[in-house]
Amino acid sequence: MSESKRYILGRLRSKRMQSTTAPEVYQKALDWDHERRIDAFTRCMRAVRGEVHRLARDQWVDWINRELPERGLRRLLIGSGPIADQYAAGAADGIELRRYDRKVDDWKEALFHEVDVALTGTLAGLAESGSLVLWPDAREPRLMSLAPPAHLAILEADRLFDNFAQLIAAEDWATRMPTNALLISGPSKTADIEQTLAYGIHGPKTLITLIIE
Amino acid sequence: MSQAHTQTREFHERIDAALHNDQLRQNFRSALTGIMARRAEQFPDDVQLQALREQARAVRANALVKQPELLERLEAKLTENGIQVHWAENPEQANRIIYDILHAADAKTVVKGKSMVSEETELNHYLEKRGLTVIESDLGEYIIQLAEEPPSHIVAPAIHKNRREVAGLFKTFHPEIPYTEDIDTLTQSAREILRTRFANADAGISGVNFAVAETGTLCLVENEGNGRLSTTAPRVHIAITGIEKVVEKLSDVPPLLEILTKSATGQPITTYFNMISRPRQADELDGPEAVHLVLLDNGRSRIRVDQELLDTLRCIRCGACINHCPVYVQLGGHAYGTVYPGPIGLALEPQRIGIDKVGTLTSACTMCGACGEVCPVKIPLPKLINRLRAEAVNGERSAAPISGRGSLRKSGEAGVWKAWQWLYRHPGLYRLFKFAATRLRFLTPPSLGAWTRYRSAPRPAARSLHELARREGFRHE
Repeated sequence: MSESKRYILGRLRSKRMQSTTAPEVYQKALDWDHERRIDAFTRCMRAVRGEVHRLARDQWVDWINRELPERGLRRLLIGSGPIADQYAAGAADGIELRRYDRKVDDWKEALFHEVDVALTGTLAGLAESGSLVLWPDAREPRLMSLAPPAHLAILEADRLFDNFAQLIAAEDWATRMPTNALLISGPSKTADIEQTLAYGIHGPKTLITLIIE
Repeated sequence: MSQAHTQTREFHERIDAALHNDQLRQNFRSALTGIMARRAEQFPDDVQLQALREQARAVRANALVKQPELLERLEAKLTENGIQVHWAENPEQANRIIYDILHAADAKTVVKGKSMVSEETELNHYLEKRGLTVIESDLGEYIIQLAEEPPSHIVAPAIHKNRREVAGLFKTFHPEIPYTEDIDTLTQSAREILRTRFANADAGISGVNFAVAETGTLCLVENEGNGRLSTTAPRVHIAITGIEKVVEKLSDVPPLLEILTKSATGQPITTYFNMISRPRQADELDGPEAVHLVLLDNGRSRIRVDQELLDTLRCIRCGACINHCPVYVQLGGHAYGTVYPGPIGLALEPQRIGIDKVGTLTSACTMCGACGEVCPVKIPLPKLINRLRAEAVNGERSAAPISGRGSLRKSGEAGVWKAWQWLYRHPGLYRLFKFAATRLRFLTPPSLGAWTRYRSAPRPAARSLHELARREGFRHE
């Protein structure tokens, strides 16, 4: 044990504290139905300039093929999971596909400067705060939702939860935390100059959520 | 001149300078008015707000009671997850640990996310002196790094600068970019400048908002994405935090997160909530290969010994007390001269640094109570500030673990209060005193030192309240 650790813990233990009971688990059950969740999610996301679209399962590939070029987003980064494969199978000619299939160290420059938009799935969504929940992994690495100027996320409608407390309890996060877990609630923003909101500082300037049913 | 007198004189000089800087006061007034309104919008229902505050208070209080056990559990869990834990008693040790990690990893350039604890240790200065390049990546932090100033607010570090001042800094340091005062354009310029730095940095340094003992998870709250970049793009990530940031369970996090973002900036949630539990695993393609956590004490374990002062450590650094302080809005953050300004600074800094060094800070409070009302974890800030004022002039011995107790005691002032106490305990003499004070009120001196510099001298009334009451027919006043 390090000297410093011993001293610090020694000082902390020198005081006998009155015991307390642990606080009750915070549960803010909202019991919202499916439509109410989609509604709340969409409202929150749009309030911070996030784009949200509801699409049928067989429409989203076409939506990307049609809409990305209109927004000037042609160089699309995909991972290697089912969403990437599904899109790649139906990708239009106008979209330049790039796979995140090797270690970042080998192509960091290109990742930061030569990608317009990245496509990822999501683990879940949170209705009350308008948040996407991501557990990045080997097939959809962490920088996909961060380095490119735009992020396109696919959210399964039935994966919307009321809020964060409900999600971590329902899916027992405490026993199985991943390397990195993220809540993403809108495009990157700052208010550091005169408390005036400006979008697109270090992360994506554009965040598009496609809710799939 | 004694240290106590010096700190008072220097504090008064900084106050004087701040009060005569109209631009500065304008910048603070307009920024804080907006933040207060946005916070209020997030809490439309007072019953729900009070329930959430109570929950957040209970979570933090529980963590402080169990702190030694939780820190050991946190270390065990993080180690199991592959994150290396280091303990530092003071800033020098923390800086040394971080430098050694960087040196061993052959890291030359560092990008930093926002961390107030690294301001405590003056980490940038330490690393730069040893030849490393450190770039602050939070926009506000980057602005004040260019200006070579410390943060003036714990959440909005460049709150004292207006757009023209920022435009001027960009012009000086980045002459290649066309001059503009447009905030969106300035923000885009900062993005371009810092992007290359992120891509090339060897190491990233960040703070921590909550460290979860149960799972070994470091949680970071931010809007810009610079925190995520600093903790994801470089090959080494070093997090530094105070030992009080540990919480017991993952289920403790949602209420703290909710009340933190709503209290700090009036947002229902920030753009990013980043939970880190491991370095990059063998099959993963990005993320740092090594993650370190530096746990800094720096006076915190000492504060915890006192049953009342312990409450100071519940703080989650939202800055709501600062935003609502009528003194802070007039002075701005730099006048305080400490890392943490405003009400939490008044409560924390004299305990951390010593009353003999910064005890005068506690005079910068009107006891209006606004800070205590908005605090998301219900820290009784006015009570703590009052306690520290008493400790500053206390001439008796006590077990309170504060250095410099009694150092602001003045024998003249103490004598006046002793005399008053004596007079008040002797009814006959007290009546005589009242009679003399009212009948001889024309003898009140017109000049009473500092008090009459900006105010007229108080003069006793012509008749005491007792006399007036008796005249009105009250017999048992």
